[in-house]
Amino acid sequence: MATRVYECLKAIGDKIIANKDFLTDLDREIGDADHGVNMARGFQAVIEKVPEDEADIGAALKKTGMTLLSTVGGASGPLYGTAYMEVAKIFAGKDTVNAEDFKLALEAAIAGIQKRGKAEKGEKTMLDALMPAHDAFSEQLASGADLVTALDAACVAANEGVEFTKTIAATKGRASYLGERSIGHQDPGATSATMTLEVIRDFLKG
Amino acid sequence: MVGLVLVSHSAKIAEGLKDLTSEIAPKHNGIIEAGGMEDGSIGTDAIRISEAIRLANDGDGVVVLADLGSGLMSSETAIELLDDAGINVVLADAPLVEGTIAAAVSAMCGSDIEAVVKAAEDCRGVSKIQG
Ligand SMILES: Nc1ncnc2c1ncn2[C@@H]1O[C@H](COP(=O)(O)OP(=O)(O)O)[C@@H](O)[C@H]1O
Ligand SMILES: [Mg+2]
Repeated sequence: MATRVYECLKAIGDKIIANKDFLTDLDREIGDADHGVNMARGFQAVIEKVPEDEADIGAALKKTGMTLLSTVGGASGPLYGTAYMEVAKIFAGKDTVNAEDFKLALEAAIAGIQKRGKAEKGEKTMLDALMPAHDAFSEQLASGADLVTALDAACVAANEGVEFTKTIAATKGRASYLGERSIGHQDPGATSATMTLEVIRDFLKG
Repeated sequence: MVGLVLVSHSAKIAEGLKDLTSEIAPKHNGIIEAGGMEDGSIGTDAIRISEAIRLANDGDGVVVLADLGSGLMSSETAIELLDDAGINVVLADAPLVEGTIAAAVSAMCGSDIEAVVKAAEDCRGVSKIQG
């Protein structure tokens, strides 16, 4: 029987595959029109390669990261691949998710993406969704909210982050070749990162 | 002999560069290409790069030469994946074609890894058309 972690990864993959053209069109405006193609190819492989009965969340996420590294192709491959592998360390040997671990997971994902891509907040990347999401999430936890409530706030913040990417010029990645002309368009990676968080939230809501 | 790994988004670029390098440095047999994706599409694959690094290593270390943006990110990821493998591996900050040729010649002459990296990186500022 498929485990919860597999079902969640499958749900993320389904969402990304369903939005392949949308993500690719966003990348057409400011990049090289392949973000959706890259991510869909990666998650198709994740759905096929992660064992459905893997109960260890860390092991499933490590396999996800390794698979993304070898199948995505673009910058988002090493970026998301590293993020999933760093998050895998938080969940090594675990088969449930609690709020505290989720906060550490967001931190690990951000640190992994920064280690790989050396971007800061405000450079029009996936970090502009994930960093505000992390901040909103921790704020909620600090005031006593539960996992799903905190995740709701994180998703709101991530969506605001995507909106914010429309107002700034890219200074990292391919979109930086466009400079000021990238203003007015939302970042594809910030969009896929937000979709991922929303799927996880919906999944944990059950 | 210091090994070389040639990373490109395009399998054809990596293969072609390997062919070219073999003409110039025929006695070097630790040059391994890691171009494109397993399914033939354009892109870079950190896992393939890390396997290429293992293959290229005969104990003297490996220099990785990469093309554009995410080729560098995938190469760095590949090097990290090998953290526990005890291979001395360096990503050169050099233009792919010129850097590879210079590195291959240097490696074939028996240089150590620092010298091979330097040979590749010395190509950065070289003007092609002397005026
Ligand atoms: N250095 C970086 N740090 C963080 N995210 C980045 C960086 N470079 C690119 N990105 C993210 O990757 C996305 C593009 O991914 P993708 O199109 O799949 O790769 P590529 O840019 O190689 O074509 C961007 O929208 C951005 O969010
Ligand atoms: Mg792209």
